[in-house]
Amino acid sequence: MSVPPLAWETVEAFILLNAVILMVTYVTLLERKFAARLQSRIGPYYVGRPHGWLQPIADALKLLLKEDVVPATADRAVYNLAPLVFLLPCLLIFATIPFAPGLGLADLNIGVLFFLAVSALEIVGLFMAGWGSNNKYALLSAMRAVNQIISYDLPFIFSALVPVVLAGSMQLSAIVAAQQGPFGWFVFYPGLGQLAFVAYLVATLAAENRVPFDILEAESELVAGFRVEYSGMKFALIQLGEYAHILATSFLGALLFLGGWLGPGPTWLGPLWFLLKAMLVFLLVTWVRWSFVRIRVDQILAISWKLLLPATVALLLVAGLVVAARGGAGGA
Amino acid sequence: MATEARRVVELGYGGNERLMLNMGPQHPSAHGVFRAILTLEGETVVGVDAVIGYLHRCHEKLGETLTYVQYPTIASKTDYVAAMTSELAYVMAVERVGKIEVPRRAQYLRVLAAELQRIASHCLWLGTWCLDMGGALGGGATVFLYCMRERESILDLFEALTGARLLYGFHQVGGTRYDLPAGWAAQCRRTVDTIWSRVDEYEAMLEGNPVFLVRTQGVGVISPELAQEVGVSGPLIRGSGIAYDVRRHEPYAAYPELTFEVPVETGGDCYARYRVRLREMRESITIVRQVLDGLPEGPISSRPGVKSVGQVRIPKGEGYARVEGPRGEVGCYLVSDGSPKPYRMKWRGASFSNLAVLPHILPGHKVADVVAILGSVDPVFGEVDR
Repeated sequence: MSVPPLAWETVEAFILLNAVILMVTYVTLLERKFAARLQSRIGPYYVGRPHGWLQPIADALKLLLKEDVVPATADRAVYNLAPLVFLLPCLLIFATIPFAPGLGLADLNIGVLFFLAVSALEIVGLFMAGWGSNNKYALLSAMRAVNQIISYDLPFIFSALVPVVLAGSMQLSAIVAAQQGPFGWFVFYPGLGQLAFVAYLVATLAAENRVPFDILEAESELVAGFRVEYSGMKFALIQLGEYAHILATSFLGALLFLGGWLGPGPTWLGPLWFLLKAMLVFLLVTWVRWSFVRIRVDQILAISWKLLLPATVALLLVAGLVVAARGGAGGA
Repeated sequence: MATEARRVVELGYGGNERLMLNMGPQHPSAHGVFRAILTLEGETVVGVDAVIGYLHRCHEKLGETLTYVQYPTIASKTDYVAAMTSELAYVMAVERVGKIEVPRRAQYLRVLAAELQRIASHCLWLGTWCLDMGGALGGGATVFLYCMRERESILDLFEALTGARLLYGFHQVGGTRYDLPAGWAAQCRRTVDTIWSRVDEYEAMLEGNPVFLVRTQGVGVISPELAQEVGVSGPLIRGSGIAYDVRRHEPYAAYPELTFEVPVETGGDCYARYRVRLREMRESITIVRQVLDGLPEGPISSRPGVKSVGQVRIPKGEGYARVEGPRGEVGCYLVSDGSPKPYRMKWRGASFSNLAVLPHILPGHKVADVVAILGSVDPVFGEVDR
C-alpha cells in the first residue's frame, strides 16, 4: 500500500505540530520551576503532585474556558486575526528544523534563511494586535515592537550567519555535519564562536521580547503592551506563539553553535542530545531574564545600532576572512 | 528660585502628535492609586498632571471622633507600610501637648520598633521598585521575592512582639503597650545579622548589573534647590545632598543616646536615592544592635494599662510632633480642648510632600522612566490621601 507523499507529509506535519505544542506547554513549566529555584521558592506544586506536572494543562484549560472579550472600539477584523498571524510564523519555523539526521519535516537547502525570514514575520501579528486593540498602551507597544524587531533582526541574522559562513552551507543538517569531532562545535571555534554565540543570545533575547528587552510587554509601564486587550484563547494563542518562537530559537542556537544532535553514545541518542542542548540555550536565556531589569527603549536601540550591529558585521567579516584564508568552508 | 507649578518640555512635534495617556489609578506601577495624566510626544513625557485623592478616607476627621486611647491603633492606617512610625508621631504629639513623661525603656523600645520598621519598609520599597523597572515576569520579581523574604523575617519579629503583622498598635500614650517577649532579643539579633549579609547580596546583584545602572543613574535628578523648594524629605532630600534628618535635627525618643550616621548622596538621581536607602538599612541595623545592647530595665509605660477608652485626658493646648519615617518627615499636629478626644488633628505625610516633586522632574523622561522615578519616590497612598 502506498501513501501519497502529500498525505504522508500532512501526517508528519500534524505530528510535529502537536509535539511542538506539547513541548511549548512543558517548557513553560520548566521555566517556572527554574525561575522558582532562582527566587528561592518552589513554583507550581499542587496541580499534579509532586511538582505540578499538570499545571500547564490546567493553565491551557483555564484559558480555554475564559470569556473572550472584544473591546467595543476595537478594529474587529484586525483584532481577531492578529493572534493567528502572530502564531503562524512562530510554528512555521519548526518545519525546517531537523531533530536528527533525516528526522524533520523539510531540511531545506536554505534552512537558515527560511528560519530567519519567517521568524521576522511575527512583527506583522504584533503590530496588528497593537493597532487593532485601539488602546493607547497597545499602540505604544506596537510602536516599540516595530522599532525593536527591525533593530534586532539584523544582528540576529548576522550572528546566525557566522556558523553558516564557517560551515559553508545554509542547510541546517550540513551545518551540524560540519561540527563533527572533539571541540568541533562552532561555540568552541576560537574567539569567533564564543563572540558570535553571545551576540546570538543577546539578539534572540530581543527578538523574543524577553527581559531585559521585553519593552513591548512591559507590564509595569504599558500594563501588558500589545496584548492588554486579549483574553481567553486569543491570549493563549499569543502566549503559545511567543513560547514557540523562544523554543525555535533555542533549537536553532543548538543547531548552529552547539553541534545539534552530535554527542557521545549511539546515534539514536541524537535527538536527546539535541533536546538537552536546546534546553540549555533556553535556560541560559531564562537565567538572563530572571536576573536583569528592563532596559529603556532608547537604550535598547542604542545597544543594537551602536554595539551589536557593528560587532556582528565585524564578526561576519572575520569569519569570511578566516574561511578564505583556510581555503574553503567546512569542518573546523 | 521660583519653581513653576507644572513644567512642560517641548519637543517641537506640535499639538497633533501628542498623546494623552492616563496612567493609573488602576495601573500595575501606580503604587496604590496614583493617577498621572501624561502628555506624550512619541515615548517622551512632555507634561504631567498628577491626580491624587482616590484613597481619601477622612482620616483626620476620624481622628477627632476617636479618643487618645483608641486612635493609635488606627494611626498606622495612614502609612500602612511603616505603621510603627505613624503611631509614634501621634502618641508623641499627645505626649507633647499633655506633657506626659515616657520611661527610658519605652523610649528605647520605640527606637527599636521604628528602626526595624525602617528596614522592613526599605525592603518592600526595593522590591517593588525593582518590580517597576524589571517587571513581574523578569529580574525585578527576583529582587522582589528576595526582599519580601527579609521583610517577612521582620514581620515575624513584630508578630511575636505585638501579635499583628501589619498594623500594630504597639505605641500608646506614655510608653509602649508591649514589652519584649522571652527570647525575642536573640531572635532579633539573628534576623538583623542575616539582613546585613543580604544587603551585601542586593548590592552585589544590583550595583554589578549594568542594566540596573543605566536605568537608574542620571534618571529623575532632583536638584538640592528643587528639593528644598518643594519640601521633600527623607531619602529624597538626602539623595540630593542635603543632610536633613529629623532624628538629628530634632532628636526624639532615645536617639540622642545612640550613635548613627545620616547617609547622604549627592547625585540626586534614582541611583542616589537607592544608595541612601541601602545605607540607611545598614545604619538601622547598627541602631537596633545598640538598642539591644543598652536596653535599660524599668517600666514600659508611665501610665497604667488600658481600662477604658476615655482614660487619657490632656489639658487644653496644641502641639506638633515629628518623626523620621522611612519615607521622610512624618508629623502630627494636635489641638486639644481638654476632652478625651482631640479637637483637631492634622497629618503631615512624607509621601504627600515627596510626590509634589514629580511634575517637576518627570517631563523630558521616557515613559519607562516614569515608573522608575515614581518608584524611587516611594509613595504610600494611605499617607498621601489619608
